[in-house]
Amino acid sequence: MLRYALQRFALSVVIVMVAIAILIVMLHVVPGDPAVMILGPRATPELIAQTRQSMGLDQPLPIQILTFFGNILHGDLGRDVFTNRSVAQIVFEQLPYTLVLISVAILWSAALGIALGCYSALRRNTWLDTLSGILSVGTISIPSFVMALYAVLVFAVWLGWLPSIGAGEGLGGSIIHLILPAFAIGISWVGYVARMVRASMLEVMSYAHVRMARAFGLRERLITTSHILRIAVQPAVTLIGTGVAHLFSAAVFVEVIFARPGIGALIVQSVNERNYPIVLGAVLVTTAIIVLATLISDLVIAWLDPRQREEL
Amino acid sequence: MALTGNTTAADAGPLVAIDSLSVDFDTAGGTVHALRDVSLEVQKGRVLGLVGESGCGKSTLAYSLIGLLADNARVVNGAIRMGDRDLAGLNAAGWRDLRGRRIAMIFQDPMTALNPVLNIGRQMIDIQYRESLSKAEKRARAIEFLGQVQIPDPAARLDVYPHQLSGGMRQRVCIAMALLTRPDLLIADEPTTALDATLEMQIVDLLRELQQRFGCAVLFVSHHLGTVAELCDDVAVMYAGEMVEKGSARQIFHHPQHPYTQALLACDPARIGIATRQLPTIPGSLPDLRRPPVGCAFRARCPQAWGRCASDHPPLYVAQTHHGARCHLLNPEEGKT
Amino acid sequence: MNETSATSPTAPDADDRLLSEPSLLTRSLRLVGGNRSGAIGFVLVALIVFAAIFAPWLAPYDPTAIMTGPRMAPPSPEHWLGTDNLGRDLLSRVIAGGRVAMLVAAAALGAALTGGLSLGLIAGLGPRWLDNTLLLIFDALRSFPTIVFGLAVVTIIGPSLFTVILVVAITSIPIYARIVRTQTLALKNVEFILAERAMGAGIARILFVHVLPNVLGPLLILASMDVPLVIATEAGLSFLGMGVRPPTPSWGVILNDGYNFIRNSPWPVISGSIPIILVTLGFTFMGEALRDIFDPRLRRTH
Repeated sequence: MLRYALQRFALSVVIVMVAIAILIVMLHVVPGDPAVMILGPRATPELIAQTRQSMGLDQPLPIQILTFFGNILHGDLGRDVFTNRSVAQIVFEQLPYTLVLISVAILWSAALGIALGCYSALRRNTWLDTLSGILSVGTISIPSFVMALYAVLVFAVWLGWLPSIGAGEGLGGSIIHLILPAFAIGISWVGYVARMVRASMLEVMSYAHVRMARAFGLRERLITTSHILRIAVQPAVTLIGTGVAHLFSAAVFVEVIFARPGIGALIVQSVNERNYPIVLGAVLVTTAIIVLATLISDLVIAWLDPRQREEL
Repeated sequence: MALTGNTTAADAGPLVAIDSLSVDFDTAGGTVHALRDVSLEVQKGRVLGLVGESGCGKSTLAYSLIGLLADNARVVNGAIRMGDRDLAGLNAAGWRDLRGRRIAMIFQDPMTALNPVLNIGRQMIDIQYRESLSKAEKRARAIEFLGQVQIPDPAARLDVYPHQLSGGMRQRVCIAMALLTRPDLLIADEPTTALDATLEMQIVDLLRELQQRFGCAVLFVSHHLGTVAELCDDVAVMYAGEMVEKGSARQIFHHPQHPYTQALLACDPARIGIATRQLPTIPGSLPDLRRPPVGCAFRARCPQAWGRCASDHPPLYVAQTHHGARCHLLNPEEGKT
Repeated sequence: MNETSATSPTAPDADDRLLSEPSLLTRSLRLVGGNRSGAIGFVLVALIVFAAIFAPWLAPYDPTAIMTGPRMAPPSPEHWLGTDNLGRDLLSRVIAGGRVAMLVAAAALGAALTGGLSLGLIAGLGPRWLDNTLLLIFDALRSFPTIVFGLAVVTIIGPSLFTVILVVAITSIPIYARIVRTQTLALKNVEFILAERAMGAGIARILFVHVLPNVLGPLLILASMDVPLVIATEAGLSFLGMGVRPPTPSWGVILNDGYNFIRNSPWPVISGSIPIILVTLGFTFMGEALRDIFDPRLRRTH
C-alpha cells in the first residue's frame, strides 16, 4: 500500500510539472508578446525589453521552464506585474476561501448523493427513488453558474432569506454566506453521485459473493456496507476525485456571482488586468490541488479494494 | 448437535423432506414452471447426489432449500420440512436464522464466491457472528478449519485476499467457511464444475473425508456422474423440472429404471468402454418449461415412448425399496412393450 | 465437453433462452417508442438545431437592435420573452444565441474528435515511449479545470469565439484520445488483425477497415453527450466576459446582462438560462438513447 501510494504520488508530481510546461509552451507558441500584452500597445521598446527581462521572457524556452520549476521549489511563483507582491502570497491568501467552499460542497453533496443512491438501489421504485431519479436528471441539466443565478434570484432577491454578496464576517456570517454558493455548486453532484451509486449498487448486488454472504445468514446491514457498498462506492469516489476540477470551474462563477473572495475571483480579476504571473500561479496551484484530489481518490479506492493496489 | 457421526443406514430419518414442491419463474417471456411436484428426502448424515442436465431444475431445487431463489421465483406449491418447520413459508428473518447455522452452501464458482475486498480472515470471522467467542478465538477456529481443508500454512492465509489465491484454494476456503458453521445440511452446487480435473478429484476426496468427519448431510448437485458415483450414498435424477428417478447410488448406477437415467449413464464418457470418435448424446432438447408437456416430460426424446406416455403423466412407481422412477414402463399393471 | 451434447453443462439454460438478446431494430424501436425521455431528447435536439439554422428568419427582431420596446419589459405579445436593459428583444437574442452555441459546439467537438482520433491512434499504434508521453500530456491537460484553463488561454490570446472553441477542443481531446487509444490497443493484438498484418496489410488499411468503424460510433455518442458541456463552457466564459464579445448575442452574454439587473427584472436571467437547460436535457436524453441502442456496453464507461 505504501509503495503504491509513493508511486502514485511521484506520478502526480510529474503530471503537475507537465501541466506547467504545457502552459509555458503555450504562452510561447501563440502570437503576441506577453510583455506587450501587459504593458499595452503604447509602451516604449525599452520598457518592453525591461519587462521581458524581469519576467525571464528573454531566456530560451527550456531554460524558462527549468527556472520556473526551480523557483517553485523555493516557493516562488513570480511577482505581481503591478504591485510587485509575491504571487504565491496573493494566491495563498485567496485559496482558503475557495477550498472551504469546495470542501463544503463536496461533503454535503457526496454524503447526500451516496445515501440517496444507496436508498434508491435498496428500495427500487419507491416514491423516493423516483423522486431522486427525476431530481438527478433535473439538477444535472443545470450548469452550476445557472444554478447560482437562480439561487440568487430565488433565495436572495425573491425570498430575501439568505445573503448573496460577500463571504461574511465571523464564523456565523461565514456559514450563512456559504449556504447559497455551496448549494449551487453541490446540487448537481448530488444527482450525479446518487445515480452512479444506485447503478453500481444494483450491479454489485447481483454478484455471487453477496449471495454467499446471504447463504451464511449475515445481517443485511453488514451485507450492504461490507459486501455491496464497499465495492459499489468506488466509481463514485473516482467521480468525486475527478470532479474537483469541475468544482474549481464552478467556484470561478460562484465567486464572481456572489462577489466572494477566492482563487476563482482572483483569476478573473487578473485576466481582466492581464496580470499574467498571477494567472499562471493561480492555475498552477489549482492544478496541483486537482492532481492531489485525484491522488487521494485513487488512494481511497486502493484502501477500499486490495485488487487496485497491485495496478500500476 | 451437528456431530452425529457417520450414519450408514437410510432409516436414520430424513433431515429435510421436500414434499410436492413447485417453483415458477416470472420472466418477460412468460411463466416458467421450473420445478413441478418435486418430492425428495435428504437423510441425516448421508450424501444425496442431485443429477441432471443444465436447466433441469437441480440448482433451483438447491437454492430453494436455502431460500436464495431469484427475485422472480415463487414457490407455488409444496412444503420443505426440516424438523417441525416448513421452510417454504419462511420469511426473510426465518431464513437468516437457518442460514449459516443449520444450512450452509458451497457455490459453483470459487472465483466469484468470496468477497474480493475483504481478507479471508475477516470473512471467516464475520460468519461466526452468532458465536459468543472472542475475536482471537474466532480467529483460532478459522485457522483450525483452514487446516481441516488442508490449506498449507493456514494462519498466514487469514491476511490474504481472495484474488491472491488459486481457484482450488478459494474453493477450499469456501468449504472451510461452510463447515465452520457446523451445519446439519451442506448444499454443494456443482462445487467442482469450475475447476480442472485433478483439482476436482482433490476437492471431491476432501468433501468425502470431511463429510465423514463432521457427519453432516450433503446435497451434492452435479452433472458429473463419475463424481456423484464417487461421493454419494443416494442419487436423485431430475429432468425438465421433475424428479424422474431416485434411489441409492448402487441402485441408480447398476439398475437404472428410467429411460432418461439410462441414457444419461450411456452418455457418460467415463462409462463408455469402447473408444469412439463421437460422444453419444441424447437426441432432442429440453421441453419448453413455459408449457410443460401433459404426459411424460421425457417422451419426446424417449426411445421407448408409447401411447400412454403422451396422455398420462407418470407417477413415481416403486421399483424396489427406496428406489422409484417416473416411467409408465415400471407400472406393474402394464406389460413391457 | 462436447458442445452439442444435450447432457453437457454448456447447453443454454431454459431461462436464458427466453431472455435472448433482441435485435438492434427491436431495441431501437422499443427504446425510441417506449423510452419517453429518448423521444423528448430527439425532439428537443431537432428543435434546437432547426432554430439555430433558421435563426435569422425566426427571430422577430434584430437581436442587436436596441430600444425595440421598453427596457426590462416582462413578456408581452410584442416581446414573448420580454426585453433587456437596452430594450433589446430577448426572444430574438435567445434564438441568435442558440446559433452561436451550436456553432461553437460543432466546431469545438469537430476539432476535438479529429484531434482525439489522430492522437489516440498515434498513441495506440506508435512506439511505447510516444504512447507514454502522450498519456502524460493527456493526464496533465485533464487536470486543468476547463474554465480556469480557458481563463489562462484568454490571458494569452484574448477573448473571442475562437478562444472558446480552442479551449473546449484542447480540454476534450484527451478524453476522446484515451478512448481511441484503448480501443486501438485492444484491436492491435486481436488475432485476425495480426494475421492481416502478417499477410502484409498496411497500417492504413487496418485503421480504416478495423479501428475506425469500431471507434467512431462510441465516440460520436460520447460527443453528442458532451454538447451540453461545451455549451455550458461557452455560456460560462461569455458570462464572465471572456468568451463571445458583446454585442454578439450569446446565452452567456444574455445572462451576464441579466445578472447585473437581477434585482430589477428576472426575465433576462430566466430567458438566458432556459435554453441552456433544454439543450442539456435534449442532448443528454438523446445521447443516452443512442448509447442504449447502439452500444449498451458504454453504460459503464461514461
